[in-house]
Amino acid sequence: MFDWRWDFTFEILPRLLWATMNTLLAAGIGYGIALVLGLVLALAQRTPYWPLTLIVREFVEFIRSTPLVLQIFFVFYVGPQFGIRLDPWTSGMIAIGLHYAAYLSEVYRAGLDSIPKGQWEACRALNLSARRTYFRIIIPQALPASLPGMGNYLVGIFKDTPMLSVIGVAELMHTANALGSETYRFLEPYTMVGVIFLAISLPTAAGLRFFEAWVRRTLGMSK
Amino acid sequence: MSYLEFLATYGGRFVDGAIITAQQTVLATVVAISMAVLMGLMRLSPSLFVRGIATVYIEIFRGTSLLVQLFWIFYVLPLFGLPLEKFTAGFLAVGMNLGAYGAEVVRGAIQAVPKGQYEAALALNLSPMTRMRRIIFPQAILLMLPPWGNLLIELLKGTALVALISVSDLMFEAKQINGSTFLSIEAFGTALVIYYVFGRMVISPAMRRLEHVMARKMGQA
Repeated sequence: MFDWRWDFTFEILPRLLWATMNTLLAAGIGYGIALVLGLVLALAQRTPYWPLTLIVREFVEFIRSTPLVLQIFFVFYVGPQFGIRLDPWTSGMIAIGLHYAAYLSEVYRAGLDSIPKGQWEACRALNLSARRTYFRIIIPQALPASLPGMGNYLVGIFKDTPMLSVIGVAELMHTANALGSETYRFLEPYTMVGVIFLAISLPTAAGLRFFEAWVRRTLGMSK
Repeated sequence: MSYLEFLATYGGRFVDGAIITAQQTVLATVVAISMAVLMGLMRLSPSLFVRGIATVYIEIFRGTSLLVQLFWIFYVLPLFGLPLEKFTAGFLAVGMNLGAYGAEVVRGAIQAVPKGQYEAALALNLSPMTRMRRIIFPQAILLMLPPWGNLLIELLKGTALVALISVSDLMFEAKQINGSTFLSIEAFGTALVIYYVFGRMVISPAMRRLEHVMARKMGQA
C-alpha cells in the first residue's frame, strides 16, 4: 500500500540529481547535433538538384514517422554487425540527434518558406553570393519565426532522453531503474524522476516564451 | 542467411507484433481522444476548479516523459492498490500522454471558431449544451483534424515504448529476434519499415480522407 518514505527519498536524491546532469548533458549534445544537422537537411531540400531534394525529403519523413527508441536500438546494434563498435553514449547521441534534426529541418523549412520572395529577388539584384544571401539576409529573418518550434523541440529532446536508458546510458531513468531493482522500491525513484522532469521542463518552457518575446522585441518584430 | 530466408523464418513474428502494435494504437487513440475532448472542454470551463484539474493533467503529462509515465503507471500504481495488466497499462499510458497534447489542440480549435457563431447560437436561444454539440464542436473538429494527424503519428511511435514493459508488440519482437539472431539490420530495419508503412500509408492517408469527408459534410469543400 501507499507508504512514501522520506528518509529513502533523501537517500536516493543525490544519485538522481547526479544522473540529472547526464540527462541534461545528453539533451544538450543531442540538441546541438540536431540544430546543425537540421539546417543541413533543410538546406539540402532547397538545392536545384531534385533527386537530392527527393531523397532528403523521404529520409526526413522516414525518421519522423518511426519510433525513436527503435532508431536508438538500430544505431546501437547495427554498428557491430559491420565491426564498428559504438559505445552507448555515441550511438545514443547519433540517434537522438538525427531524430530531432529531422524535426528541426521542418521547423527551418517553414521559417525559410515564410520569407517573402522579394527578399530573395533583392539579394539577386544586389549580386550577393548564396552564402551571404542565406547567412546575412534570409536566416536572420527566418529565425524569429522558427524560435517557437525550436524551443518546443528543446523541451521535447529533454523529455525523450529517458529512451537512452534502453542501451545503458546512465541518465535519470536508467538510474531510477537501477535504484528500483537494488532496493525493490519503485514508488520513490519513479515519482522523483517525474518530479525532476516537471521541475526542469515547466520553467524551461516558460523561459523559452520569454526569450521568444524578447527576441521579437529586440528585432522590432512584436505586434 | 538471405533476407528472404530471414523473412520466411521470422515474418510470422513480425506480423504478430504488428497486430499487437495496431491494437495498442487503436486503443490508445480511443483513450487519447476521450481525454483530449474531456480535458480540452474542461480547460474552457468558467469554474476555476474544473479548469485547474484540466491544467494539472495537461502540465503533468506534457511536462514529463512518456517512458516515465508508462513505468509509473505500470510499477507504481499497483502500490496504490490499482494493479494493471501490462497490455492495459501500455495503451493507457500512451493514450493519457497524447491526450494531454490533444487537449490543447481541442482547446485551440474551439477557441478558433469565429465568435459570431457563439453569438448567433446565443441569439437563437440554444442551450449551452446544444450550442457546443451542434454549432461549435462540429466546426472545431474541422480545425483540429490536421494537428490530430500529426498526433496520431506520435501516438503510433509512442506505442513502441510498451515493449519496455514486455508487451509483445512489433518493437518487442524486433528486439527478441535481434537477440537470438544478431541480424540487427534485418530485425530492426524490418520493424522500422513496418512502422513507416503504418504511419505514412495507413494513418496519414486515412486522416487526409477524414479531413476531406468532414469538410464536405460541413459544406466547406
